[in-house]
Amino acid sequence: MSENNKILNELTQSDYKYGFVTDIETESIPKGLSEEVVAIISAKKNEPEWMLEFRLKAFRHWQKMTMPKWAHLELPEINYQDIIYYSAPKQSAKLNSLDEVDPELLDTFNKLGIPLEEQKALAGVAVDAVMDSVSVKTTFKETLAEKGIIFCSFSEAVQNHPDLIKKYMGSVVPYTDNYFAALNSAVFSDGSFCYIPKGIRCPMELSTYFRINAANTGQFERTLIVAEEGSYVSYLEGCTAPQRDENQLHAAIVEIVAMDHAQVKYSTVQNWYPGDKNGIGGIYNFVTKRGICKGDFSKISWTQVETGSAITWKYPSCILRGNNSIAEFYSVAVTNNHQQADTGTKMIHIGKNTKSTIISKGISAGFSENSYRGLVKVMKGAENARNYSQCDSLLLGDKCGAHTWPYIEVDNKTAIVEHEATTSKIGEDQIFYCNQRGIDTETAISLIVNGYAKEVLNKLPMEFAVEAQKLLAITLEGSVG
Amino acid sequence: MLSIKNLKVSIEDKEILKGINLEIKPGEIHAIMGPNGSGKSTLAAALSGRDYASVTGGSITFLGNDLLEMSPEDRARAGLFLGFQYPVEIPGVSMVNFMRSAVNEKRKYQKLEPLSSSDFLKLMREKKEVVEIDSNLTNRSVNEGFSGGEKKKNEIFQMAMLEPKLAILDETDSGLDIDALRVVANGVNKLHSPENATIVITHYQRLLDYIVPDFVHVLYQGRIVKSGDKTLAYELEEKGYDWIKEEVIAG
Ligand SMILES: Nc1ncnc2c1ncn2[C@@H]1O[C@H](COP(=O)(O)OP(=O)(O)OP(=O)(O)O)[C@@H](O)[C@H]1O
Ligand SMILES: [Mg+2]
Repeated sequence: MSENNKILNELTQSDYKYGFVTDIETESIPKGLSEEVVAIISAKKNEPEWMLEFRLKAFRHWQKMTMPKWAHLELPEINYQDIIYYSAPKQSAKLNSLDEVDPELLDTFNKLGIPLEEQKALAGVAVDAVMDSVSVKTTFKETLAEKGIIFCSFSEAVQNHPDLIKKYMGSVVPYTDNYFAALNSAVFSDGSFCYIPKGIRCPMELSTYFRINAANTGQFERTLIVAEEGSYVSYLEGCTAPQRDENQLHAAIVEIVAMDHAQVKYSTVQNWYPGDKNGIGGIYNFVTKRGICKGDFSKISWTQVETGSAITWKYPSCILRGNNSIAEFYSVAVTNNHQQADTGTKMIHIGKNTKSTIISKGISAGFSENSYRGLVKVMKGAENARNYSQCDSLLLGDKCGAHTWPYIEVDNKTAIVEHEATTSKIGEDQIFYCNQRGIDTETAISLIVNGYAKEVLNKLPMEFAVEAQKLLAITLEGSVG
Repeated sequence: MLSIKNLKVSIEDKEILKGINLEIKPGEIHAIMGPNGSGKSTLAAALSGRDYASVTGGSITFLGNDLLEMSPEDRARAGLFLGFQYPVEIPGVSMVNFMRSAVNEKRKYQKLEPLSSSDFLKLMREKKEVVEIDSNLTNRSVNEGFSGGEKKKNEIFQMAMLEPKLAILDETDSGLDIDALRVVANGVNKLHSPENATIVITHYQRLLDYIVPDFVHVLYQGRIVKSGDKTLAYELEEKGYDWIKEEVIAG
């Protein structure tokens, strides 16, 4: 056996840096899911009647549904009665200042590199931190409020901006959309809400940081971003979880609404715990993300770097309803060891002169399975719609899998839809060439992988891009050499 | 600088090198010639630490160290450079990033600080001039879409950047047009000094008009069957290998 294949076989799991557990008092409800549990969650959050109604409708719908099986994933049975649906760090009912936040909790976010103290916070990034089920702290709220921007936890928005929530929640991802969307709509505990008023360019990056801490707990958050006419916002999402032997469920919803000439840029670095090298533990990540380019000349772009989770099921999509609207999807998905990812996008062209771009870069190592699944749909009225898709797969070793499932449905003759796909392997010859120039195998892989993913990494905000590059290297650490 | 003693190398259990002896001192240029399949590239592979060329006997000392104990990257960092017969393409990796990693890895090995971006780019510019390589090549990904000749030039450029103690150039002349041949040979000559040594593997006397060797060795069936000065190369050019083969059979 060649050296490279040998080293590829010596899979050693690099340490998941974020695997620690915070020792903090939490308040949780018993395991299991029922109308009663849904009502308890709603009551804990002191929600208005309409919110409870929404949850119950979603729950009843969910009960009639079954888990989707079409993805190229080996899905284990999930016992939904064995999950805790609400867990919150115990703290005084209402926080007036950061001094009232449990120091352990602050410490957790500091360890994750997410400073919640505003003076220390990264200049130009406002953070909403969500631990287990609730939002811990949102920074820079006041600065943003001066411009009329609302950036707060979802629960707060339900209390303080009920009209906006009623108007937009479920308008892009209805609870009937799919199994996990229904589940989330029934039991979601918190998340972020962001509203950019007409003509406002959000002066800083907005960021939500999700952290699962408690054991046996599911995380179900939802994010809603509404960008009014001519506004702009760049939004970042990050996530981590402790290292645990059991699997944990994460089922989120993200909805984006962009009005005329509005632009929303949504970037994710997903780094949930992926499980150990034998595939024990890890997060099951079932996420529904969708944006609607509602107004003319609006633009939504999704950029994602997916490195974590045992299972990823995720298709950030765009509905291009406004004429001349633009949608983009840039993705790097890395899987190592026994990770499975089925990810991609849907671009639904409804308006005239709409344009979408899909750039997907899959990287598989170890025994992992990595699939791209994408739909480009051009409706009857979408004159002159254009799509360009490029789906590349890179393989490290010969025990992993890469798959591409592009679906194209075109109902308008003027549409131009282009699809390109490539599969390549990091060859022994390439590695040795680097070695011979003094570059060790690990660094060589990282150079090659980052070069391969460059097109997508370049789309990330600066600080995120550096982080993402490191993360790619760490995820693949031990997959060779 | 390099001392090879009774080196035996197998590929997939077949013995290719059957006892090579070679001494190389600083400042020397050695040419290795020999028919196709005689084991020239295999020798280069064994020296650079390629894993498919498994060393089954003998020893190699490089600058006082047991070369066989060193990883391929450490051999490179210690100053051993291989100009590949078939340089590979590495799509997506820019020449700048690639060379920066290579140069800084070497500096780290020598316990030197990494070069600053501006110093590095300055070095790139200098060396580009030495080997007369086009900027549009160094602005691209490593060897990606390069023509055969451009790839060879790029090998010499990398050699210039890394300033090796011992350079092994495996058929760097093949596939080059006359002008490129002169450019490459000039590059090699400019980089040559009393402190370093070069092994040129070639089939053609032509190259040796430009790069004048101190010694010429003929490799045949895994052994160095004849060594001489540069006149041996003329003799080979004129008479081919048959007379050497006959000598081997007779001996
Ligand atoms: N990777 C390999 N796998 C199997 N056999 C190999 C490999 N590399 C070389 N060989 C064999 O080893 C022998 C020596 O090959 P080598 O490449 O060293 O010859 P060479 O002298 O460089 O020839 P050329 O002048 O054609 O470049 C040949 O018989 C060749 O087929
Ligand atoms: Mg050869």
